[in-house]
Amino acid sequence: MTAAIASPRPAPDAEPRHSPWPHRWISVRLNALALLTALILSALIIAISDLDKLKHGDVGGMLTNVKDSYIALAKGAFGSLRGFSETVTYATPLIFAGLSVAVAFKAGLFNIGATGQVFAGGLAAVWVGFAIDIPAVPHIILAMAAAAVAGGLWGGLVGLLKARTGAHEVITTIMLNYVASFAVLWLLKTTAFQAHGRSDAVSRDVAKSARLPFLFGFLHRSSIDLRAHFGFVIAIALAVFVWWLLKKSKLGFQFRTLGANPEAARYAGMNPGRLTIGAMLLAGAFAGLGGGSEILGGINQGHATSSFAGNIGFDAIAVALLGRSSPWGTTAAALLFGALQAGGQEMQLQVHVPIDLVLVIRALIVLFVAAPSLTRIIWRLKDSGGEEGAQLFKGWG
Amino acid sequence: MELELRGITKRFPGVVANDNVNLTVRGGEVLALLGENGAGKSTLMNILYGLYRADEGEILIDGETVHFASPRDAIKAGIGMVHQHFMLVPNFSVADNVILGVEPTISLGRINRRSARKRVAQLSRDFGLDLDPDALTETLAVGIQQRIEIVKVLFRDAKVVVFDEPTAVLTPQEIEDFFRIVETLTAAGRGVVFITHKLKEAGRIADRIVVLRRGKTVGEADPKTATPAQLAEMMVGRPVELVVSKTEAEGSTTMLKVSNLAVTDPDGRLLVNHVNLEVRAGEIVGIAGVQGNGQSELVETLVGLRRPIDGTVTLDGADITHLTPRDRHRCGVAHIPEDRQRDGLVSSFSITENLALTGYYEAPLSKGVNMNWEGARTEAERLVRDFDIRTPSTETTTGKLSGGNQQKVIVAREISRPLKLAIASQPTRGVDVGSIEYIHQRLVELRDKGVAVLVVSTELDEIMALSDRILVMFDGDIIADLQRSETSHNDVGLYMAGAKGEHIS
Repeated sequence: MTAAIASPRPAPDAEPRHSPWPHRWISVRLNALALLTALILSALIIAISDLDKLKHGDVGGMLTNVKDSYIALAKGAFGSLRGFSETVTYATPLIFAGLSVAVAFKAGLFNIGATGQVFAGGLAAVWVGFAIDIPAVPHIILAMAAAAVAGGLWGGLVGLLKARTGAHEVITTIMLNYVASFAVLWLLKTTAFQAHGRSDAVSRDVAKSARLPFLFGFLHRSSIDLRAHFGFVIAIALAVFVWWLLKKSKLGFQFRTLGANPEAARYAGMNPGRLTIGAMLLAGAFAGLGGGSEILGGINQGHATSSFAGNIGFDAIAVALLGRSSPWGTTAAALLFGALQAGGQEMQLQVHVPIDLVLVIRALIVLFVAAPSLTRIIWRLKDSGGEEGAQLFKGWG
Repeated sequence: MELELRGITKRFPGVVANDNVNLTVRGGEVLALLGENGAGKSTLMNILYGLYRADEGEILIDGETVHFASPRDAIKAGIGMVHQHFMLVPNFSVADNVILGVEPTISLGRINRRSARKRVAQLSRDFGLDLDPDALTETLAVGIQQRIEIVKVLFRDAKVVVFDEPTAVLTPQEIEDFFRIVETLTAAGRGVVFITHKLKEAGRIADRIVVLRRGKTVGEADPKTATPAQLAEMMVGRPVELVVSKTEAEGSTTMLKVSNLAVTDPDGRLLVNHVNLEVRAGEIVGIAGVQGNGQSELVETLVGLRRPIDGTVTLDGADITHLTPRDRHRCGVAHIPEDRQRDGLVSSFSITENLALTGYYEAPLSKGVNMNWEGARTEAERLVRDFDIRTPSTETTTGKLSGGNQQKVIVAREISRPLKLAIASQPTRGVDVGSIEYIHQRLVELRDKGVAVLVVSTELDEIMALSDRILVMFDGDIIADLQRSETSHNDVGLYMAGAKGEHIS
């Protein structure tokens, strides 16, 4: 009974409604509203978190707080070249890992394992970076290729396990994250990797020839000031590749069929096992490239520590979710997360609002995006017959 | 009790689903609501059941206006609904499913299972339903599960019972049982609304027939005098060819030859029991049989989705027993699968994408590593035109199409290329009358072009209308091989029930 009540279907012959907005723009608008809602709620939190002003009922003061915080946030993210550079720096690994999650998701696979794949890629890149001595351009290419291969194998293993034994990728990716993280901890203490004269888990520095050039290097400003690096360009190129893969290529069509209806894929003569392995191989390679980019450019200054993958793998899930697993959506979402991170640091510095608030904003955005009907209710939008909400979580199968 | 719907109008954006619909049901009679998919039958019943609110019009019970804000109100007023898709918890007992939501309780909120079981047993006896209150629901056949739904509405004291396409999931025998139950219901003074698009069934069981077309009541018919052709014309709005017109088959060379084919399930039970069959070029062979007698497994093996444990399949003289589905597609085998939602379509894909689903791997749909969407769209536009697929555009999501149009998408994709063998499983299940006629004609055309056609259907009428030769499957065996011209409905029905015939192949 309840099922019928929950989903009264419209008449089957109902003409598809011709909204003035194409479907894609409806979802962009919905995401924008989710972002706005999150910012408004966060403003409330900023306002009431100043207990002194709250006690005295100083509404004007509270509003000033909110205003100053958001101005600092915006300035920190985009207000200066340094701010923009920080935004890009934080966004770069999220684009790589976000695309990894997105591609797997399109093929119906939930890749929770970007963390492990980032570790695998980063470790391969750091080894090629310090152990081999060749000129700059081939060195970078070789190190990044190694990162892609290592990440791809780490992800492909998950695909192989699923295709051959039916092991669910959510379990295997999570477990392989642990394996990767402890393997890195151990490897970084072996003579093969450990920096000379160190007793903690830190790798040797990669050769100068393997470092990714700074994006704004031509300005000759200090590299601490402008940390954005060439990895961002590679990430954008990867987004173009993913767009081509999903929209134009035969392989992408098979991935999408497998993701949308595995039975139909089998019926249509596609090979679900091989496609599963292929999708995880690619997803792993993307995340692996992210690991390489983090080591050879980025915040890690050319060496690996036991925690260089940080939260990238999990933030990537939120990024892909926010971007609805489309390459451009994912890139935009990664930039948004990068901007929040960069701006949040400025906010903490200028207005003394803890950077943790950024996590609150992020969480709220994801919450509203994951529950589109909630956003619709708040903004009194009509249901566009959307399947967005359902689509986001199908990967849990 | 007398139930009346007066002037019901319901608009959805862009479409009027119900337009000033009037109908009356009295206790003790069966009203058949006949109409094609999308004629507005379900919308009307959802209004009656409190799921939708009508924009205009009113519902009257015994002459008094009532308002239903939710199904709860409708149930309270004595209206019961048996949905096409059952709303049962598979791992509950029959009695537990019946009382779900209206549990009789004793002290401390404990469920009074004893009284529930007694009442279920009583109802089952009174209405000849033959239900065991303690049986586990998931172990029961579909026809029996439907009876649980019937007891559910009787348990809630329904005076008028609405059946939404109740026979769609039943075997011919179960349908007969179902009609018997409906007769018991009316004999006990209950009113029955029977929603269907099957002409024969409406004529067989109804006291009155109301025909709905494009949201309007186009007329009322007396089942005693109305002919199926008249009813079909009322439904579709134009004369419909109910009999497939075709000439004698000119079967010549053997195209498909299946020898000693055996298929088992993972536990080693034989599903297809060493079957032999042949289909000649230019011949339609129909496989009749009640669902679950090995037809699905036979078809899956013929198209390469299942591996046989024994036997061979040859196509035009070449052994294809171990080829993949893709390789068979290349050899000119078309497959219209029995479950279009599960296998045949990706409902979130556009029509263009679905039309490219099985042939995407080669020109003109793809070039090298790239898809050729430009070419695919041109091709799709041609197929939409040629196969009369009713859609606003080729980029429309397939899930938004009606069942008949979805099936036409599959048929268009599968048969619009050079073929040697076409295998059609339940080609018109859940498809409206107009599309059935169309799909049947296409299959006959295919035969006339010299393709070997194998049709598997649980609808005896379909088998009789299409086939040149009829095979009957029972319990994994082919137990009869009959010339269409030398056999009758009754005969084939007896074979289907397993009452006749032996392992002949």
